Amino acid sequence: MLISFLIAVAAMCGLATFLALLMVIADLTVGNYGEVKITVNNETEMTVEGGKPLLGTLMGEKLFIPSACGGRGSCGFCKVKVVSDIGDYVATELPWITEEEKKENIRLSCQIKVKKDLAIQIPEELFNVKEYRTRVERLRDLTYDIKEVILKLLDPGEIKFRAGQYVQFQTPEYELTSESIYRAYSCASQPSRKDVVELEIRLVPNGICTTYVFEYMKEGDEVTINGPYGEFYLRDTDSDIIFIAGGSGMAPIKSILLDMAEKGIDRKATYFFGARTTRDLFLVEEMRELEKRLPRFTFVPALSAPTEEDNWKGETGLITEVLERHLKNGDSLEAYLCGSPGMIDASVGVLTKKGLPEDLIYYDKFA
Amino acid sequence: MTEGLFAFGVFFAAIFTNNILLTNYLGMCSFLAVSRELKTSVGLGMAVIFVMTCTSAINWLIYYYVLVRFDIVYLRYIAFIIVIAAFVQLVELVIERVSDVLYAALGIFLPLITVNCAILGAVLFMVIREYTFLSGLAYGAGSGIGWALAIIAMAGIRTKLNIRSKVPFGLTGAGITLIIAGIMALAFMGFAGMITIT
Repeated sequence: MLISFLIAVAAMCGLATFLALLMVIADLTVGNYGEVKITVNNETEMTVEGGKPLLGTLMGEKLFIPSACGGRGSCGFCKVKVVSDIGDYVATELPWITEEEKKENIRLSCQIKVKKDLAIQIPEELFNVKEYRTRVERLRDLTYDIKEVILKLLDPGEIKFRAGQYVQFQTPEYELTSESIYRAYSCASQPSRKDVVELEIRLVPNGICTTYVFEYMKEGDEVTINGPYGEFYLRDTDSDIIFIAGGSGMAPIKSILLDMAEKGIDRKATYFFGARTTRDLFLVEEMRELEKRLPRFTFVPALSAPTEEDNWKGETGLITEVLERHLKNGDSLEAYLCGSPGMIDASVGVLTKKGLPEDLIYYDKFA
Repeated sequence: MTEGLFAFGVFFAAIFTNNILLTNYLGMCSFLAVSRELKTSVGLGMAVIFVMTCTSAINWLIYYYVLVRFDIVYLRYIAFIIVIAAFVQLVELVIERVSDVLYAALGIFLPLITVNCAILGAVLFMVIREYTFLSGLAYGAGSGIGWALAIIAMAGIRTKLNIRSKVPFGLTGAGITLIIAGIMALAFMGFAGMITIT
């Protein structure tokens, strides 16, 4: 009995050891790509360990490529232009790459691995992206499901960003995740306040990052962010402006408006903010305050399903219906949108129908 | 019947009359998830054929030269699973190293296969039915081809479905796929009786 038991254990251990040994040998020989050189923008050279995805490898070298999903291939943000030969596209890249990008060999950096010397090109401003250690200075409920998070920068102590850009928030390991993950949130504070970053975060049921922010994070905790990223900022023209946002999409618009007020940018601007009921409205007083500071700015909150208790006298209907009523054909406009993909797609539909060219519609889509 | 002829019969039976997906309903998760597009289905199908053929051969050797010899057949589940997992990992490492084209086509599907129960199912059927090495190999290859055939057919149907049909909202996705798989299984019952394997 004992002998047969021992034989069984020995045989299985032998088999497992043999396979494990095989794997280790394979990893050291076949899977070992040695040191690899990455050349960025024909200038900077970095020597890295090969075999890992490009996104993470660059992050290890403190070069941060924007990514909202943290390398799972589900946001399509982390595109880089690969100048050297790196082989064909893999299937997980293709949903995010347009035909034009294919011609330029734009790749999704989280899905390609660094196996040989590479030359890549990235926008110069990404060198400006840094990792910041911060302390949670204040947490405030804006609505029942949106929190304002004020982060005081510790190291480096100051950040330079354009109003409307976003940062990536690092969720540390905790009960819901065994590794730290990154999620993107727009800065809601104005760029002149260099020592803080203000975020507006909406609770996503079972979301790894938002659950952390709502249930685990406390004032005084240290968190890490990196940034700034994004092409969502006010273009320097004289056109009238339309802002459209819903929910936590308020954040970048608020930053842009505060920046405009500070710099005295006097352009006609209308801000349509969509919510279901008054319970989903927030920062209304701040917006009214901004209306005083910016004479040609109007804030138009619209409720899609006001209840009787709301006693609502303002605009009602879906944001698209409100837009239909307010916009005239052929106005010279620029539109800035931030919110859920559904809201953005619907709003872009209305705007283009009203004759606004698509390249004058700027948006941040947060899924 | 000579052994070669028997193996030939097993090979065809595994594709049609005893299709591992449509008669045993094994390997459903990746079947449901990946059958959305024809191209990816072909990729995954090819990977399954390759892995099933190879692991059947390797596990046949492990079974008769290790498990039977030391009289520890009851540990076959664990043994088969770790052999499959290790084999898939190794193949992925090698493919990634030697060919970018092959990696783009097959490599990314390999991790999916480690947890594909059709692979383990094929190996278990092979030892339960006490096939010889040759028949086992034929059974593995046939099962792989049968699985690939089913997923490619399903991808074709689903592609067409997306263009032409109005699927009721509650049935979109996995729901309609399962119904179609059921109808396909009924169709495959038409092959029953052509060859029987035990």
